[in-house]
Amino acid sequence: MAGWLRSGPGGKSINRRGRLIPWLWLLPSFLFMAVFLIYPVIDTLLISFMNRDSSACAGAANYQYVFTNSAAQTALLNNALWLVFFTVLTVGLGLIFAVLTNRVRYEAVAKAAIFIPMAISFVAAAVIWRFMYTFRPEGFTQIGLVNAVATNLGLDPTAWLVQQPLPYIDLLLPAPLHTNNFALIAVGIWMWTGFAMVVLSAGLKGISTEVIEAARVDGASEWQIFRRIILPMLSPTIAVVATTLVIQALKNFDMVWVMTAGNFGTDVVATLMFKEMFNYHDFGRAAAMAVILMVALLPIIFITIRRFRSQGETR
Amino acid sequence: MKKELMKPRAGFEDFASRLKILLSRFPLHFFLVGIALLWMTPAFGLLTSSLRDAAAVANSGWWTAFQPPFEFTLENYQQVITQSRMGAGFINSLIIAIPGTVIPILVAAFAAFAFAWMRFPGRDILFILVVALLIVPVQMTLIPVLRLLTDLKIAGTFPAIWLAHTAYGLPFAIFLLRNFFVALPRELLESAYLDGASNMRVFFRLVLPLSVPALASLAIFQFLWVWNDLLVALVILQDPGKAPMTVTITNLVSSYGAQWQLLTSAAFISMILPLVIFFALQRYFVQGILTGAVKG
Amino acid sequence: MASFQAMVAPWHEKTGGVMEFTGTRDLMAILTTRVEAGNPPDVVILPNPGQMVELAGDGKLIALDSFLDMNRMRREYAQGWLDLGSVNGRLYGIFMKAAGKGTIWYNPRVFAANGWKEPATWDDLIAFSDRIVTEGKTPAYPWSVGLESGEASGWPATDWIGEILLHESGGKVYDQWINHEIPWTDPRIKSAWEKFGRIVFTPGYVPGGAIGALATGFIDASYLPFEDPPKAAMYCLGSFTQEFIADQYPGLVAGEDYAFFPFPAIDSRYAGAVTGGADIVVVFKDTPATRSFVNYLTSAGAQEIWVKRGGFTSVNKLVDLDAYPDALSRKAAEQLTGATIFRFDADDSMPSAVQKSFWEGTLNYLQNPDKLDSSLTDIESRAVEAYGQAGLIPE
Repeated sequence: MAGWLRSGPGGKSINRRGRLIPWLWLLPSFLFMAVFLIYPVIDTLLISFMNRDSSACAGAANYQYVFTNSAAQTALLNNALWLVFFTVLTVGLGLIFAVLTNRVRYEAVAKAAIFIPMAISFVAAAVIWRFMYTFRPEGFTQIGLVNAVATNLGLDPTAWLVQQPLPYIDLLLPAPLHTNNFALIAVGIWMWTGFAMVVLSAGLKGISTEVIEAARVDGASEWQIFRRIILPMLSPTIAVVATTLVIQALKNFDMVWVMTAGNFGTDVVATLMFKEMFNYHDFGRAAAMAVILMVALLPIIFITIRRFRSQGETR
Repeated sequence: MKKELMKPRAGFEDFASRLKILLSRFPLHFFLVGIALLWMTPAFGLLTSSLRDAAAVANSGWWTAFQPPFEFTLENYQQVITQSRMGAGFINSLIIAIPGTVIPILVAAFAAFAFAWMRFPGRDILFILVVALLIVPVQMTLIPVLRLLTDLKIAGTFPAIWLAHTAYGLPFAIFLLRNFFVALPRELLESAYLDGASNMRVFFRLVLPLSVPALASLAIFQFLWVWNDLLVALVILQDPGKAPMTVTITNLVSSYGAQWQLLTSAAFISMILPLVIFFALQRYFVQGILTGAVKG
Repeated sequence: MASFQAMVAPWHEKTGGVMEFTGTRDLMAILTTRVEAGNPPDVVILPNPGQMVELAGDGKLIALDSFLDMNRMRREYAQGWLDLGSVNGRLYGIFMKAAGKGTIWYNPRVFAANGWKEPATWDDLIAFSDRIVTEGKTPAYPWSVGLESGEASGWPATDWIGEILLHESGGKVYDQWINHEIPWTDPRIKSAWEKFGRIVFTPGYVPGGAIGALATGFIDASYLPFEDPPKAAMYCLGSFTQEFIADQYPGLVAGEDYAFFPFPAIDSRYAGAVTGGADIVVVFKDTPATRSFVNYLTSAGAQEIWVKRGGFTSVNKLVDLDAYPDALSRKAAEQLTGATIFRFDADDSMPSAVQKSFWEGTLNYLQNPDKLDSSLTDIESRAVEAYGQAGLIPE
């Protein structure tokens, strides 16, 4: 890292004053973070071992509840669904778009179009997609675009936000996995693919063209180049994008809340926690869920820290 | 390279080969243009519906609006701005978002500078702590934070939410700025110090001006995050007169449930400013993501 | 909203006080946070006495009898309403804006054209529904059902179930039910659920079936009998539905183009029973402003303002029946005041945790009709926690 920079001409007294100075620069930030972030985290951890109104200790009862209650299990399962499908599909699509837009002259415009959803709020996105998914029964006029397309293709209109058995998908998935989760995940993908695309595109441009040209000259096909050269060189960038998306998948609240309020089997841990706090008034259970969320995020924290450290050493 | 090779050719052959290239890439163009259009369709549907009247929206898909008679109207916007408090909501969103952007950046910049260019015991561990705090979900902090603000007798006021947003935005801001600061040319700063400049001088006269791109992208990030926030505003700002647009829209969804012509116009109003900012300052926005994300 | 403002306007003019109103479906969330944090609003209009009882039990509410003229209250409100608003003998809430729930909405012109008559008993109702399905006229569906309501999705189903239970098993069982003196798994409760299920699951009864009911909003669903051409024959929801219909179809005439008939009898002993709801005004902070405001709100004069505008039924005895703008709202008011057996809306009378569980339970039932027993058991376990923890017995 950068070397020690003195804050003036040398001398013992300056050194002593100098040692305090960094802390002055840091103080406001740390004050904020201690009060609004660190203390609440500890507080919540403590609450998770207490009863519903934090008046008495309850041991591990709340955790036991979260892992055995069926509604909570559904929430955990749904988070896992988000984790896998949201992350993989967003990264995948982002990668495809990054590669493709790289080859056209109107790259900036195309990218902008895909990136726009990142700018709007989840509330606005929820309004947009609730409208898109609107369901009218068979024989009624469809005003939601998705069902309009479906009926034009000869399918029955589907209540996308409610569980609706789609025959071919239901053959593949067991009962607790509701297809409406995928409708929500689709909205998430719509919003975040732009982010993945932009970051991956920058990473792509950082790959030296000579290596690629050399491979082309050697007769490698585009696909081979992609798999053997581009992907490996892109993997740190992919890792960065993936970790950001995993964090989003686990923290996800607004989107699920505004679209379905966690009903119809779409609950995730964050929405269930909200319900435990404000509908069921069980702060112990809510805190336990928050802690579980944090624990799930710990590997991400470690990966990020490790990456930061290894890059720091090469400076 | 290719272009230069093509220059000496005759004009007609030039055109033919360009056309051939274009056609062979037709699938690519088709796919990309299609995707771009697809991506914009939902928002486009929103906009179109907001310009139609209630009966039209309830009885026919918005895609049917593009045939005669073309009946578009601005009455939904009128109603939503005056009767449904979206106008006040817009102002409130501004009041919340501007300080909620400026303050965290200022506070974070100081800390980032210390992390980047000063040496002190525990620096690395503390920075790791900051990185870890990036991941704490907001829900975990809400009730203790609200209790604290109430004890300080400022709950429900604008300053309270500025404080909250500052704290929530600090980890990312410090992370981003520190990464940018360490990449600044060392010689520049060293020579400034050798010339006798104090820390403050170096910070304000050298580091900050050089960091305008990073500051700009951070500002956009933070502004959008605060502008689009729902939960923090709902919980901390209880006064309905102070509700930002996200809260107002959520209330509209519950009271106007299926009246899509009103909901869509309200949603669109909340989208205008972020979209404008995004288009005008896209470059900084993208830079920000890259600096923060790729450089790690 | 506009009507509420209109009602408050004279108070504002007279006293200069300012009322700032927050409306939200997330009422429980926000209220909980603020109460926990020690910063509650001054006055809150709750949708149910269950919450009022909880809050009073926690000592968060100001007793209204400390500043209201109780003689006036006893003159203007039936004792039943005052009792409902009391906890441990002290008055904490006053009821405004009542709504009978036992109303089934239909289009009289369509009925006349098709030669249909309003059914009087449950069996008639089912037979009538079957008849509509087989006849295949317009409308093709006998029922419109809409349960979607964001976080509160499922509440219209709870209205159905409560009404059925009251008519099938009577007031005493109803009280036992909402006070959790009998478990949710009791066969009488299950029977009420199953009757509701009969309406939703019978093929051809509801457009889109159970899924359609889940995906349709409760306001949207009220339009079906009155569209041109009508899409369904009947819609069961409280008397406040009149407002939805009038807003959407301003050209229609109350009583001629849209009307309601009372919920049919199941057991003749309980015919004429009505469940109803009302908003309840409670006070968190005792200040001159809140005192004056609440005094005003509870007066007949104030309530008549909204009554005249429509969509508001008052339980204040002094409100002139002629103030009601049309025969339909008068009929609704009379149904409330003339009920042989009256019970407050079921889910609103339960602790909020049980209420939420009840709502979700109906959603689960509609998605998994064969899992009714486990849905009921789930609600039961929530109830045990909630009632046991608070140790309270709602009025």
